[in-house]
Amino acid sequence: MPPAPGSTDQSIIRNFCIIAHIDHGKSTLADRMLQMTGVVDDRTMRAQYLDRMDIERERGITIKSQAVRLPYRGSDGVDYVLNLIDTPGHVDFTYEVSRSLAACEGAILLVDAAQGIEAQTLANLYLALENDLQIIPVLNKIDLPAAQPERYAAELAHIIGCDAEDVLKVSAKTGDGVRELLDEVVRLVPAPAGDPAAPARALIFDSVYDTYRGVVTYVRVVDGHLNARERIQMMSTGAHHELLEVGVISPEPSPAAGIGAGEVGYLITGVKDVRQSRVGDTVTAESRRTAASTPLGGYRDPKPMVFSGLYPIDGSDYPVLRDALDKLKLNDAALVYEPETSAALGFGFRCGFLGLLHLEIVRERLEREFDLDLISTAPNVVYQVTMDDGRELEVTNPSEYPVGKVAEVREPVVRATILSPTEFVGAIMELCQARRGALLGMDYLSDTRVELRYTLPLAEIVFDFFDALKSRTRGYASLDYEPTGEQAADLVKVDILLHGEPVDAFSAIVHKDKAYAYGVAMAGKLKELIPRQQFEVPIQAAIGSRVIARESVRAMRKDVLAKCYGGDITRKRKLLEKQKEGKRRMKVVGRVEIPQEAFIAALNTEGDATAGTGKGK
Amino acid sequence: MPQQPTGEVPPSDGALPDASAAAWGERPFGIYVHVPFCATRCGYCDFNTYTAPELAGAPGVDRTTFAGHLAAELTVARRVLGDRDVPVRTVFVGGGTPTLLPPASLASVLRRIDDAFGLAPGAEVTLEANPDSVDPAGLAALRESGFTRISFGMQSAVPHVLAVLERTHTPGAAARSVEWARAAGFDRISLDLIYGTPGESLADWAMTVEAALGAGVGHVSAYALIVEEGTRLAAAVRRGSIAAPDDDLMADMYEHADERFGGAGLPWYELSNWARPGEECRHNLGYWHGDDWWGVGPGAHSHVAGTRWWNVKHPAAYVARVQAGESPAVGREVLGGEDRALEEVLLRVRLAEGLPLALVPESGRAQVDAVIDEGLARRRADRLVLTRTGRLLADAVVRRLVP
Repeated sequence: MPPAPGSTDQSIIRNFCIIAHIDHGKSTLADRMLQMTGVVDDRTMRAQYLDRMDIERERGITIKSQAVRLPYRGSDGVDYVLNLIDTPGHVDFTYEVSRSLAACEGAILLVDAAQGIEAQTLANLYLALENDLQIIPVLNKIDLPAAQPERYAAELAHIIGCDAEDVLKVSAKTGDGVRELLDEVVRLVPAPAGDPAAPARALIFDSVYDTYRGVVTYVRVVDGHLNARERIQMMSTGAHHELLEVGVISPEPSPAAGIGAGEVGYLITGVKDVRQSRVGDTVTAESRRTAASTPLGGYRDPKPMVFSGLYPIDGSDYPVLRDALDKLKLNDAALVYEPETSAALGFGFRCGFLGLLHLEIVRERLEREFDLDLISTAPNVVYQVTMDDGRELEVTNPSEYPVGKVAEVREPVVRATILSPTEFVGAIMELCQARRGALLGMDYLSDTRVELRYTLPLAEIVFDFFDALKSRTRGYASLDYEPTGEQAADLVKVDILLHGEPVDAFSAIVHKDKAYAYGVAMAGKLKELIPRQQFEVPIQAAIGSRVIARESVRAMRKDVLAKCYGGDITRKRKLLEKQKEGKRRMKVVGRVEIPQEAFIAALNTEGDATAGTGKGK
Repeated sequence: MPQQPTGEVPPSDGALPDASAAAWGERPFGIYVHVPFCATRCGYCDFNTYTAPELAGAPGVDRTTFAGHLAAELTVARRVLGDRDVPVRTVFVGGGTPTLLPPASLASVLRRIDDAFGLAPGAEVTLEANPDSVDPAGLAALRESGFTRISFGMQSAVPHVLAVLERTHTPGAAARSVEWARAAGFDRISLDLIYGTPGESLADWAMTVEAALGAGVGHVSAYALIVEEGTRLAAAVRRGSIAAPDDDLMADMYEHADERFGGAGLPWYELSNWARPGEECRHNLGYWHGDDWWGVGPGAHSHVAGTRWWNVKHPAAYVARVQAGESPAVGREVLGGEDRALEEVLLRVRLAEGLPLALVPESGRAQVDAVIDEGLARRRADRLVLTRTGRLLADAVVRRLVP
């Protein structure tokens, strides 16, 4: 009998995660571990068992982490309990990654033997090292003909400071080397060392809304014990709940009497909103007598970094959009939104996201799960504005940028890590320079690969940085970044005016040196997109009242079908009716009629902002 | 006529709704005859027309016997419309290239119309012709058999323009045909022109306009080239091997033509038609006035008192139906009040006589003054008459008047 949850000695527990770049084989490796430990038989094996949502599956990324309890008899004959904690794999979810890491004592660093380490993996590795995790370096896909295990073993050894021969080599696909890897996990990852007798403290590392169960909260018990039917409290929010169910996942949820120090499991309290059970918070007992006095460290409120207006293309879908956001919110503590009205786009919501991928995922879910057609405005960051009279404003929408006496504007900055073949160093430096970056440092990981560290304004990253980086490095560079604060910057708001009327959806806050380029580009783009009207339409880009770029759409001179005889009449009437229908769907700014498609095209920054973050791309 | 519209399926005997049948005869009545043959297919043309190789093997379809099939449809027409005495005021034989039928065949069609319905005294009987498919003797025979008016497809007087249009005649052929027609006794002669052909400059167009005027005709039609889906020209434009016609240049060309024709004593009477006063095409005016006509032949459209229908397009299918004594109609629409209101505005606003303001629906009344203020139209008595600028924007004006 494998050890039961709630009465497992800490000495046989190993809590670990897998740090890997998307498509380096994390899910496949997890699948092999599930099979090899017998928790999933081959028949029920579903490829990439741990990634549940369709979008994740398609993009090859794990948005929500989960934890699986794996009973494992080691080569020493001892029965161990391995808890595999799955981590989200993208830059937008750094905080969630850090909490998942905090729930572990060890991490498998999994790298594709044909590709080498990527920037995100490196960033997560640094996070793991900060959390004092035992790192087990592993090269995957050694069965591939293109694998270069020696070369990348040397690179990994250089990065983490071990010997190249300590790097394990596996093929998650064939299962080759996976058993040896599990033995290394048992041998190297320290057993948990909390105090089983102390007041209960459990770290929430994930929180997922389930339609049938309400919120399912994933925890790592650090000290003490959590029992079913017990009353608990969340230490940061002070919320009290009853534990309706406690259990472990193996790989389906299985209720238990309780879970003890060192163990990983789930809690169900009946709450319906993940905001009441926040990642990073500490769970303890409710009663004052048995409650812990200090929480585990590291809790942080999720903070939206990127904002965008979401509008239904069909205005009558507004209530559908509102209900859809309300539903998504239940499962997404980081999603914030409030109603917004745009003169050009109608009724919608200004939404805040952790980053571009988060934005893209939410948008895709809204379109896919709720059958909505949406326009999103160009993403922007949050600006802190100090007025001359000392007033402080937070601007999340360019159209709300104050006119008049601005003393200082501060914008968020990030610390970016870029990994690239050495030949592209010049191109990358040029790009970062152009995007107002400051070089923090540069390290050669090997004679062919280099790591560059920059401070960059988040706004520059949000604006097609990733595409630019990929195109300048023929797709070889990888990028990771994390917010590091804010800086004062010389920023201005550029408005776009059509026929003298500002179009709110096109306003942008940009650096003073970029304003002209933005204005020229936007005016030029609109000139191509706006259909000719009966009158000439001037297009202007302006900072305040100063016009910095100008174009015009010439008046339409011919709008008639010259020929109209007996056989043409029905066709012509139907064409006119169709044109009238199209006209009804146009947005009108002042006197200018703009088709929806023109808005969508104008708001679409070159390429897809999150291109390259998923397997599907 | 790229694709027939979608509509309801008419009864196989062609019977009209009672209201339309009863109202036949209240308005002038004309007959259109469609001859679906061409010697070659021009790259821009999407008309319902076929070359000899395209029809090889099509049962019953050949030029020598085709008049008989048209006659069969006229029998259907008489049966459907009943035996009321409504003489035919206008006949228009178009195509295709009607002059590919022998003059005797064309004459027999005319005779059959006269037998079936009776031609009104002074009826206008028009024949479309290609400059390179006529000769003096044939023209004389046609005039003799009752044709009173002839319209030549000149298109252009400039060789490189004719080449892009894939027209086979030479630049001088049109003027020569006009001379022959005049000698044959035709005193009403029209030329059809096309402007906006890829590669055609304003100067090229001016040369064509002068050539048409130089031929001394009393009627000119000039159409902006439309790149129709499904034509070789459309394919070439999509490939990028031929530039799409430029709207601004076509507007310049229109203005130039209107200036010159008007100055030469042929003022506009419809957006794309200019005539010496009294030489307007009465048959076409019938379309724009919402009069009644029966279209005979494959793919032809008809309209009688608010019911419009259209025939099956392919000549072989057409022949099979009329030979079985059935109506060749494959689709029709019974126009509702809103449809008729929109049609009246869209058609009548094209005419120099103007759109009676009473036809502008309540919802569009407010736009009348705006359209006048913007210089797109003038008010003349109780009618709205488009200015030259307004004619070029006529569809936009219609969308505003019938919102």
